[in-house]
Amino acid sequence: MATKAAHDLSKLPSVITLKGVNKWFGQFQVLTNIDLDVKEGEKIVVCGPSGSGKSTLIRCINRLEEHQQGDIIVDGVTLSNDVKNIEAIRREVGMVFQSFNLFPHLTILENLTLAPIWVKKTPKKEAEEIAMSLLKRVRIPEQALKYPGQLSGGQQQRVAIARALCMRPKIMLFDEPTSALDPEMVKEVLDVMIELAGEGMTMICVTHEMGFARAVADRVIFMDRGEIVEQNEPEEFFANPKNERTKLFLGQILRHQ
Amino acid sequence: MTDVLPRPQVAPPVIDTGVVGWARKNLFSSWANGITSLVLMFALGWVLLWFIDWALLTATFTADSGAECRGHGACWALIHEKYRYIFFGSFPYQQHWRPLFAVITMLSMLLLSSDRRMWNTRLIWIWSIGSFITFLLMFGVLHFSITFFLVVALVAGGIGYAIRSVIAQKAELYAYYAAMGIGLVGLVLRMLGILPTFGVTIAPLSYVETGLWGGIPVTIILATYGLAFAFPYGVLLALGRRSHLPLIKGLCVGFIELIRGVPLISLLIMASVMLPLFLPSGTSIDKFLRAQVAVILFAGAYIAEIIRGGLQSLPKGQFEAADAMGLNYVQKTSLVVLPQALRVVIPPLINTFIGFFKDTSLVLIIGIFDFLNTANQALVDPKWAGFPGEVYLFAAFVYFCFCFSMSRYSKHLEVELNKGTRR
Ligand SMILES: Nc1ncnc2c1ncn2[C@@H]1O[C@H](COP(=O)(O)OP(=O)(O)OP(=O)(O)O)[C@@H](O)[C@H]1O
Ligand SMILES: [Mg+2]
Repeated sequence: MATKAAHDLSKLPSVITLKGVNKWFGQFQVLTNIDLDVKEGEKIVVCGPSGSGKSTLIRCINRLEEHQQGDIIVDGVTLSNDVKNIEAIRREVGMVFQSFNLFPHLTILENLTLAPIWVKKTPKKEAEEIAMSLLKRVRIPEQALKYPGQLSGGQQQRVAIARALCMRPKIMLFDEPTSALDPEMVKEVLDVMIELAGEGMTMICVTHEMGFARAVADRVIFMDRGEIVEQNEPEEFFANPKNERTKLFLGQILRHQ
Repeated sequence: MTDVLPRPQVAPPVIDTGVVGWARKNLFSSWANGITSLVLMFALGWVLLWFIDWALLTATFTADSGAECRGHGACWALIHEKYRYIFFGSFPYQQHWRPLFAVITMLSMLLLSSDRRMWNTRLIWIWSIGSFITFLLMFGVLHFSITFFLVVALVAGGIGYAIRSVIAQKAELYAYYAAMGIGLVGLVLRMLGILPTFGVTIAPLSYVETGLWGGIPVTIILATYGLAFAFPYGVLLALGRRSHLPLIKGLCVGFIELIRGVPLISLLIMASVMLPLFLPSGTSIDKFLRAQVAVILFAGAYIAEIIRGGLQSLPKGQFEAADAMGLNYVQKTSLVVLPQALRVVIPPLINTFIGFFKDTSLVLIIGIFDFLNTANQALVDPKWAGFPGEVYLFAAFVYFCFCFSMSRYSKHLEVELNKGTRR
């Protein structure tokens, strides 16, 4: 696929940096010494067994979860308890959830224009134009006036992606965007994501869709028990996993695919 | 393996159409069902006939005293004689048109606010003008002191700013700052005694003090303003109860539990007996106002708990999605959380409203005569003694009209608000 970046990423500026990040839920350590550096335009796929802390990791990046130790720097801003910082970062970071989380009391169009109007203070008309152009991009402009409950899962997830894009984010986080979908709807969502990757968006995507990882990822990260166990370019990662745990995990999921 | 061969399709028998078909299907589908239906229909018919006979055929509609009614059916003459007192209490008899128009004003105000198309700034106008007319009619004389205007400026500026701060243009925000500033400075000056008392008095009619108010306007005023203030207050309490700030949370929990643990009667008595003890001597707060405040506090605690239920029913993902978009707390709450939470709690909320509409009768305990209590008073007249049934039936009928329309409105609102959001 031509979307993959063939160039050297190391010269580009970092947009996300995690340094020695640790996080606990009560006594239970979910993240252990996470170091991660994401370059502008880089696409990262995060995989790993259930409960390994993948969601927690990406949710720390837009501070849906608070980390207790270490530094997280997003777009030059160090995350702290300062509300202004958090709001500034959330404007730059879009997130797509496993369960879509559209607002059921608002139409699709209203879902899309909510944040631009209230957070960015975009005039309503302009926000609606942006929203419609994004709905065209995810190929469901005709659903604009319906409510989320009237759409299929795949359509809802595409709306959720469009909703995140409405804020013109620098970074997109995806937390298992296709795992709540019926198999026949997975492709329509992945196609949208692949297209987005082709446009140079910085993406961190938790997913077990290895086809997607092969097609777009610059780097695949394997997490287990709160640690980054192994990371590599997709070809290397899938062909020659080095760590035993990675081998075991890949063995399990590849058998099922 | 079971038989999976396709069976020939047979059309259902066509007896369940028309009245006969319906009755055969629903009332006489079996012997037991048929007998039950017959017995119940017979009983119903008998009660209905008896009631028609009592309430219409042998009833007395006009009479000079209760004595003429005896030996006949219902004594509607009593209602005919007393209805003005039952409706308007001790309000000066010649002036009864005033509470009548006050009630009409309030009902139109409520009717207008029940239309969803009015749920914007128009509501402020509807309620300001409606309340002004209502209280002008009821009091006859309205005195607006400078303090009142200052408080209004402060509150209006504060609310306007809170709601619009994130979206309004600069000029609009400056207007809110100005209103708040004028209100605050004025109030401080007023308290320091620098600003003299003066006010505007509007006195087109003779003054009628709240002690003379009674009947249906009292019930409607207590319930309407009680709930109108208790609702936003209950929303704030419910939100406060979920706050992460321990002090706010503690205060809200403490308040809700305290109020819910006490009967309304004792709250009313406290408001009427104990509150004056705490106030500096010489100052007095109107009895009616005290009852109104007690109703607001009480209803607020109940409404808060209902709304909390709605808040809890929202999936966590809704909060997270709103957070991830960068909405701040006020935006998240007012645009995403409350609209959904309130939809869920419409039925229990209206249920509480209906309960409070009737519970306002407890204000009798501190000597205020609402509709049920004026009806009760009408029975005291020795000339008309002995017909409680008629009066209570009449009162019940009036209450039923109000409560039933609230119940229907709740149903309508539920359907209206869920339009399109369900598959
Ligand atoms: N709010 C929380 N409180 C306590 N423990 C939590 C909380 N959220 C997650 N955990 C625990 O932290 C661990 C990591 O959770 P996380 O959701 O990040 O895993 P994951 O890798 O995303 O798993 P999955 O593939 O199942 O989504 C799990 O063991 C989970 O039980
Ligand atoms: Mg997860």
